[in-house]
Amino acid sequence: MANLTLVQAINLALIQEMEKNENIVLLGEDIGVNGGVFRVTEGLQKRFGAKRVFDTPLAESGIIGLSIGLAMGGLHPVPEIQFEGFLGPAYDQICSHAARMRSRTRGAFTVPMTIRIPVGGGIHAPELHSDSPEAIYAHTPGLKVVMPSSPYDAKGLLVSALRDPDPVLFFEPKRIYRAFREEVPEDEYTLPIGKARTVCEGTDLTIVSWGASVVQCMQAIEKSSRSIELIDLRTIYPFDMDAVEASVRKTGRCVVVHEAPLTCGFGSEIAARIMEKCFLELEAPVQRVAGFDTTMPYYKLELDYLPDAHRVSRAIEDCLAY
Amino acid sequence: MPITTAYETKIDHISILDEHGNFDEKLGKGLIPDADLVKLYEAMVSCRHLDGVAFRLQRSGRMGTYPQNMGQEATSLGAAYVLRKDDWMVTCYRENCGLFWRGVPKESILLHWMGDERGNAMPKDHFVTPIYVPLGTQMLHAAGLTMAARYQGKDRIACTFFGDGASSEGDFHEACNFASNLEIPVVFVCQNNFWAISTPSKINSAAPTFAQRGLSYGMPCTQVDGNDLFATVYAVKQASEYTRVSGKPSFIEMVTYRLGDHTTADDATRYRDKAEVDAWKARDPIMRIRNYMTARKLWDDAKEAALMERVEKENADAVARAEGIAAPNRSEFFDAMYAELPADLVRQRDTMHTHSLGQDPSQLPPEAQERAAQMDAEAQAAHGH
Repeated sequence: MANLTLVQAINLALIQEMEKNENIVLLGEDIGVNGGVFRVTEGLQKRFGAKRVFDTPLAESGIIGLSIGLAMGGLHPVPEIQFEGFLGPAYDQICSHAARMRSRTRGAFTVPMTIRIPVGGGIHAPELHSDSPEAIYAHTPGLKVVMPSSPYDAKGLLVSALRDPDPVLFFEPKRIYRAFREEVPEDEYTLPIGKARTVCEGTDLTIVSWGASVVQCMQAIEKSSRSIELIDLRTIYPFDMDAVEASVRKTGRCVVVHEAPLTCGFGSEIAARIMEKCFLELEAPVQRVAGFDTTMPYYKLELDYLPDAHRVSRAIEDCLAY
Repeated sequence: MPITTAYETKIDHISILDEHGNFDEKLGKGLIPDADLVKLYEAMVSCRHLDGVAFRLQRSGRMGTYPQNMGQEATSLGAAYVLRKDDWMVTCYRENCGLFWRGVPKESILLHWMGDERGNAMPKDHFVTPIYVPLGTQMLHAAGLTMAARYQGKDRIACTFFGDGASSEGDFHEACNFASNLEIPVVFVCQNNFWAISTPSKINSAAPTFAQRGLSYGMPCTQVDGNDLFATVYAVKQASEYTRVSGKPSFIEMVTYRLGDHTTADDATRYRDKAEVDAWKARDPIMRIRNYMTARKLWDDAKEAALMERVEKENADAVARAEGIAAPNRSEFFDAMYAELPADLVRQRDTMHTHSLGQDPSQLPPEAQERAAQMDAEAQAAHGH
């Protein structure tokens, strides 16, 4: 066991899987000598050589398009998109090709690849370095979308992604890249894609969240006198509705928390599913604490945009008032 | 049939004042009047100084991530000097010197990097666009801006700046293709500063020059010493005259060097040698002009000292103005979302620190509303409002 940051846990997962599977190759902007702008791939080029860890021209569409070819050709590419805000040029390749290749060829061609993407706000970064676009990709059939909230989860989920036969978008919340450390086993373990984690158990109300927001939820829970259950979705798609349903049937109340904008954020889907599955058990309407339906502001106001413990606390109280 | 030549060309490299003080009289004489040269030099010194100020602001927590312009002052300045005041300058984020020459207030640029969108509110009559953060996207906008001007009967052109790295992006190639095939008057300027963060320019182009990128789109292309203000002025003069008269695009590669880190979040010592940086320091665009002016008795140490004193004050004032602008209201980021804010956004704004977003507060029972008001008061007190 080692006490690792999320960055170190991902680095360790990459090393261990690359040692096991020589078909894994890493590519992206500044990932080689520089080890990535967040140092997630630090030391990997030195360790595995420039054939397996290489810098590309600055072209996100190219990075993903090339990766699709690599995957169709039998490798497992791990492209890094430097910031989620640079996914724009890659959208076409991800959604028009990676997501559809298996279904449109009825399985003759597949795209096993893990796209690593730093995501979210809270680090005083420039424009287009702080967004939360996970719902866009959850809305695109054919993709899997993962977002860990801790070093332990990051390692186990990434190993699963690296063994997955389908394209996985692995969003890494940069706000918690180095915010805390956690015991992470050196030994091999996997966490299944599509399974949520119950962070803490409770009986009065369920919070569903993912990524860096889980930290704000915990802060609100620690301040609350109520018995609150927190579910970290871990995977945005396919999501663990069974876990959400079981919890909400027990508590009768639910608050969903995410950084992404409210409208068509993934909280919308959760709320709708709860209506479908748990209507008769609900004591209150599902509440959502989310980013606003605005452009993510520059850093001066980013903390006013991002859900914080106070807003989560308010939603808890609102939900319990019914 | 014998094999014939389908196409053959060459690309000029233009250098007028080199780092050793050699000056090409034929190309350079009368190109920049002495009085202008002094002003241009002062602009470069001031820009370089502000770079240092901004760096220290970032290190002391008064500014966010900042990309230094150091070493690249002569590229955008040469263009700004030549272009008409109503030609568009569509830049990336390492063209401060040209933007300041066009009259963009320094505090606008500072404010942007201080995490405040109000720094992007460029006055319309400056014909400059705000800083562009994602790479290689703005050149298409340059094409659109001039196409609109032509549509409106104006003979305005655009000059757009981007880096060697950005020229790998698909949008760059689309911009060149559109401008060329649809005959849109844009001067494309590739600042080849050799490094895209840690990516060396050879990973972005295996061709001997970046200038030849323009060739495949049928544009006249030149390569210039981008650290030579005379050469950048000369090249932009040639290209802009061609582009204005013909209505067609042209392409310039300015060979320069990023003397600093990519941004304050970067550490270039991880991936490049000090010897390389030192070699480029000897080719500094500012020192070159100073030596030239000194040799021609246009400049001396006393003038330099007076300039530095003035620049320090000017830049301190710019920082004071940037920091003196009242902090935005906590809901300011809603205000400019649409010409008219949709009702749902008005509600989100007005309850942003209170209710969960999907919640209609009127649904809550009165006692819950009272408790909610109390929680808000506590939170506001904790926030210091």
